[in-house]
Amino acid sequence: MAFYWSFGTVLVLLAITAPVALAFGFAGASAARSRLLPLRWLGKGYIMVVRGVPDIAFFLFFVIALDQGFEYLRHLAICPDWDQPVRRGNDFVVCPQAKLPLGNAPQVWHEIYGFFLAVLTFAIVFGAFAANVLFGAMRAVPRAQMETAEAFGMSQRQAFWRVLVPQMWVYALPGLSNLWMVLIKATPLLFLLGVKDIVYWARELGGTKTPQFTDYPHGDWRMWYFLALLVFYLAFTRLSEIVLARIMARLTHGQATAAGEAQRKAAA
Amino acid sequence: MSCLDTIADYGLRSMFSGYHQVHLPSADRPWLSFTIGAERLLPRSDFTLCQQFTLIGSGLIWNIYFGLLALLSGFFLALSLALGKASRIWALRKVSGGFILLFRGSPLFIQFFLAYFLFRNLKGVAPVFDPFTSAWLGALIVLFLNTAAYSAEIFHGALQSIPKGDLEAADAYGLSGWSKFRRVTFPTMLRLAWPAYINEAIFLFHATTLVYFSGFPAWQQKGDALYYANFFADKTFNPFVPYPILAGYFILLTLAIIGLMGLINRRLNRHLPRAARARLRLRPNLIR
Repeated sequence: MAFYWSFGTVLVLLAITAPVALAFGFAGASAARSRLLPLRWLGKGYIMVVRGVPDIAFFLFFVIALDQGFEYLRHLAICPDWDQPVRRGNDFVVCPQAKLPLGNAPQVWHEIYGFFLAVLTFAIVFGAFAANVLFGAMRAVPRAQMETAEAFGMSQRQAFWRVLVPQMWVYALPGLSNLWMVLIKATPLLFLLGVKDIVYWARELGGTKTPQFTDYPHGDWRMWYFLALLVFYLAFTRLSEIVLARIMARLTHGQATAAGEAQRKAAA
Repeated sequence: MSCLDTIADYGLRSMFSGYHQVHLPSADRPWLSFTIGAERLLPRSDFTLCQQFTLIGSGLIWNIYFGLLALLSGFFLALSLALGKASRIWALRKVSGGFILLFRGSPLFIQFFLAYFLFRNLKGVAPVFDPFTSAWLGALIVLFLNTAAYSAEIFHGALQSIPKGDLEAADAYGLSGWSKFRRVTFPTMLRLAWPAYINEAIFLFHATTLVYFSGFPAWQQKGDALYYANFFADKTFNPFVPYPILAGYFILLTLAIIGLMGLINRRLNRHLPRAARARLRLRPNLIR
């Protein structure tokens, strides 16, 4: 039963991560084209660093780093009179009140916290990719559109929100849909982050079961479980392709691009 | 213990556990003997920065091994697949297309798991499959097939965008069949595909880090760079040292790939006037 739920885990992760990563990406892209130099450096640095480093290493790194970071911040806030160092040799010790989740919390909170860390990690990594796509898309919006907005007397902020943002999506979508495909294919890495996802359960349930421990003994079925996962991912990818093609057709409607023009001619 | 000692002890740890005597026939003496290998035990406490650099670097040997061999062998399969997908024969087109869809549409991580358990089951049937369950061969095959599928898509795209005029000119010169392919189609395709292919190569090297996290066991703690980085992060509970080291190594590796492939790119485009040579634009990597 947990195996079937874990498919839900993957879908929930995708559903939460995609908008959060998009928000990270939007913030990163806006920062990267800001007129303030430090903010621009921050945005560009974020994009460069995350994209330049091997991805799986990032996943493994961030889960521990974020966990320790949160605990350290809570440690500073909750027990300021703790006099021992936090890093003791090969240990990382914070005061017990600052533990996340608290040591006496039920198991489900540990799992939710782990899932939350995973979502945050995914969002940070994919946010950088999304930021790169959106940054390109913002630059692809024809300059004349922005000039027209200025001619109408719009302020920078108004022009950004009313003209640039609505128009950039059509330029961003090919890149974003590519990113979505990559995100789907990155979800099995959840397993490495300690979340009990489909890979975990496929390994658990598929393993050899002997009659002493279960009513349903069977041999090593892990191969078949992973074959099922492969089919699941293939089907999901195919489905996404179809849906994204639909969205693209919708967004292209009325845009001053080649595809938009073709649509107009077909309708006329 | 100085850092050189550490390098001597652990430099080859990713390939050897313990020392081996090697005897080679030699010209002036009957046998040339020397010892090769590494300490059997990994460091247990008081991890020094030098140990981390040495072991993670030692693991990088495996990443280079997997990446290089998969890339070289995958190139040829990719070429056949791309030609198959562009072929006029229906069956060939379908088979190549299906192969590409299968490997590009599913996560590499799942492919590793599936392959590992498949090989394990096959091992029960025939002992021939014994080496396939170890990473050096089994994971290499998966990487080979995977990179072949991705590169095939790149080559196929390039094949489609060969300028019509080039092919017509080849026809006008009376070239056909193999000589047309060898003299016109293939070089043009390679030129067009190369920038994207460099990306694929970088991807592939980064993907090699998945091997030891996906079922393939690391016997006697002989693993790749990420395996050792993860080992240190687990032992010291401090991710802020080993992972940046790993990242540094990989950035160097990536730069080396870009440099080498860039040289090939220069050679491919050597007939063009200097100004017309497009500057290589590199879009860094995504996960697969």
